[in-house]
Amino acid sequence: MSGKITISPITRLEGHGKIDIMLDDDGNVSDSYFQVVELRGFEKFCQGRPVEELPRIMPKICGVCPGAHHMASSKACDAVYNVQIPPAAENLRRLFYNAHMSHSHMLHFFALAAPDFIPGYDAKPEKRNILGLIEKLGMETGKEVMKIRGYAQKIQAMIAGHAIHPVGSIPGGLSKPLKSAELDEIRTMADDIKAFAGTALQLFKDHILSDSRYADMIMSEMYRHETYYMGMVDKNGKVNFYDGDIRVTDPEGNLFAAFEPGEYLDHIDEHVEPWTYLKFPYLKNVGWRGRTDGPDSGVYRVNSLARLNVADGMATELAQKEYEEFYSFFDSPVVHNTLAFHWARLIENLYAAEEIVNLASDPDTAGKDVRNIPAETPAEGVGVVEAPRGTLFHHYITDENGMVKDVNLIVATVQNNAGMDMAVRRAAKNLIKNGASDDAVLNRIEMAFRAFDPCLACATHAGPGEMPLEVVFHCNGRVERRIRRG
Amino acid sequence: MKDKLTMAVNWAGACGGCDVSILDIEDKIFSITKIADIIYWPVAMDFKRKDLAALEPDSIDITLFNGMIRNSEHLEDAKLLREKSKVMVAFGSCAHLGGIPGMANFTDRQGIFDVSYITSPSTGNPDGTLPLTRVDAGGRDLTLPEFHDQVRALDRVVDVDYYVPGCPPPFNVIMKTIEVVSAVHEGEELPAKGSVIADRNALCGDCPRKDTVRPGLMENVVRPHEKMIDPDTCFLEQGIICMGPFTRGGCGHLCIEANMPCRGCFGPAEKQYDQGTEALSAFGSVVSAGRDDYVPRGEMLRPVNKVKDPLGTFYRFSLPSAIINRNMKEGK
Repeated sequence: MSGKITISPITRLEGHGKIDIMLDDDGNVSDSYFQVVELRGFEKFCQGRPVEELPRIMPKICGVCPGAHHMASSKACDAVYNVQIPPAAENLRRLFYNAHMSHSHMLHFFALAAPDFIPGYDAKPEKRNILGLIEKLGMETGKEVMKIRGYAQKIQAMIAGHAIHPVGSIPGGLSKPLKSAELDEIRTMADDIKAFAGTALQLFKDHILSDSRYADMIMSEMYRHETYYMGMVDKNGKVNFYDGDIRVTDPEGNLFAAFEPGEYLDHIDEHVEPWTYLKFPYLKNVGWRGRTDGPDSGVYRVNSLARLNVADGMATELAQKEYEEFYSFFDSPVVHNTLAFHWARLIENLYAAEEIVNLASDPDTAGKDVRNIPAETPAEGVGVVEAPRGTLFHHYITDENGMVKDVNLIVATVQNNAGMDMAVRRAAKNLIKNGASDDAVLNRIEMAFRAFDPCLACATHAGPGEMPLEVVFHCNGRVERRIRRG
Repeated sequence: MKDKLTMAVNWAGACGGCDVSILDIEDKIFSITKIADIIYWPVAMDFKRKDLAALEPDSIDITLFNGMIRNSEHLEDAKLLREKSKVMVAFGSCAHLGGIPGMANFTDRQGIFDVSYITSPSTGNPDGTLPLTRVDAGGRDLTLPEFHDQVRALDRVVDVDYYVPGCPPPFNVIMKTIEVVSAVHEGEELPAKGSVIADRNALCGDCPRKDTVRPGLMENVVRPHEKMIDPDTCFLEQGIICMGPFTRGGCGHLCIEANMPCRGCFGPAEKQYDQGTEALSAFGSVVSAGRDDYVPRGEMLRPVNKVKDPLGTFYRFSLPSAIINRNMKEGK
């Protein structure tokens, strides 16, 4: 029986999406399509706005990583006005941003990803969520997750007004400094965030890595693609979320390109397909060869694993140790295993926590001078950060009054579009034999793209934005069965 | 008191911030799960849409619906959930008024597609490929929801019982929403249909800066990045446009406490009809050279013309619900 399986909506991820799996006459997978079914049009409706308002508008692209858009947007505005920000503002933005990364990574790991391992992908759907996870790990751990993620949200709110839709970062710096009592409170919370980041890694090792069933899955060919990687590094070549140059490595792990944010158009192009609202970015200097991996395909991946792969290491002590352990586990300088994104995310979470501790005690952070008034005529600027889900580009062009003429955005999840599509196809080919599929199998297919922590809300800035998942079985041109979630 | 309620949380054209704001109430979420079973919540749970479709009408006690209506799937979900729900709540600015993505209503589907897929400088699309609602993939159809020309607020497509304002609804407003859920549970008296679950008055009423307001005209308009903003003085007194007078209170002044002016995410206050028009009209009258003797019209217009983006300033969250909310099209 030839057919098509549709999984929709895909659950436990941010945004709306759908997977179509095509079956041949024997009921085996012949092809698959990962579709994003939404678009909202930010690039269009930001035209005509005053550029200094974009740091307040762009976070509405995504309520899960608004902090990333807030920072990329403010940095693009700084560049539009060619204004330097004072050291206190720089530190406060970095503090805000590391707290943001920590919140997002914890949310993804505990609420969205970990339930596939704890209690497990074969657990009942009503248990395969954070409540099922808490049942397994104990209420104390559950409360700790909520408390620590709450701290990370609170730090962002103290600096920028609100964690979900921050407002404080503007061209030239920040709208206000921190009060010393606020900074004291942040220092106290920072120590707890750091301690828990270590606990989270230990949980990963105890419950996932040391379970041979899961270790085998992580190592398996089914969840592996050899691609290029992109990520931002500081001047020492270490992972940095807030600022730096962009690096691309090839599937062998060699440096392929290194460029400044303003040069991104020399390196990235986007391909359009008619069956999805989401574009496919690829490396211009390799070329688009379709949704496929290998050195001849311009497909690259971003997010945690990509950042670790392109960098020379981590800038903080504990995270560096974990980084070394990670690469010695895989015994390779470049790791292609898709499920390793989860582990890499927890290593980054520890780095973010150590940065929060360091920045909270740096004397510059307490400075009261947090703004420079832009003096130059506004024109054009690019702002880049590493969003939790990968490299995020904001590019603005304004008139001489700072009114926006054009906006171009390349958001993190979009760059993993081809990666997710391939991951789903490979998992489906391995798991669906002779038309057989059940809930656990479909969930293991979903696991393939859940590793990317896809944020389809973000991805759909350009057009429509949404993603629960649907799998439709097609048979002789008719829909035979439809499994939808959400 | 009834047994546990059933509750749904849905997102349509949304950013996910409304869902995260519910998670951000932390352990207070247990005060919801104590009285209600959340049976449908796509961002957090593995329940399927087909289970929802199989339910009897009115079998969900209360639905919190966030996001705006941008495509055919949002519209179907809104109708489906309305049919299944006794109480339908428009949760957050997008469902309430259309929200930030509603600013796209000055353009249409074609305008958005052009920028996203054709003119974007990073898009190589020589054939001008655009997403289609139906594509043949080797003899089988791949379908996408149809992208509408306009953004609509939830009450433009289905009947809405209550509105929860905010982008996203802040903690204290979510707590008030839980009181409504609890009243449904206890069988207590509910707010009047159509109520907005927040203050009745404008934000300025209890603004921490209200004592610095002086009578008189606004002499000049400056943009927030152009001057050092005094953290204790009314923004309007400093020449910075603030939507406080035209916006419902109840948010806790989060932006103002962060030393940034209000942009209006709570929508109009109780007695105001149209947020943007009220603001436009008022600023047109009060922004002047600060003289109470005769001012020639040309001179009077000079400062108010510094507001270069009335749409994005006054209608930022409410364009799809405004009296005048479309672009003129040639010949139409």
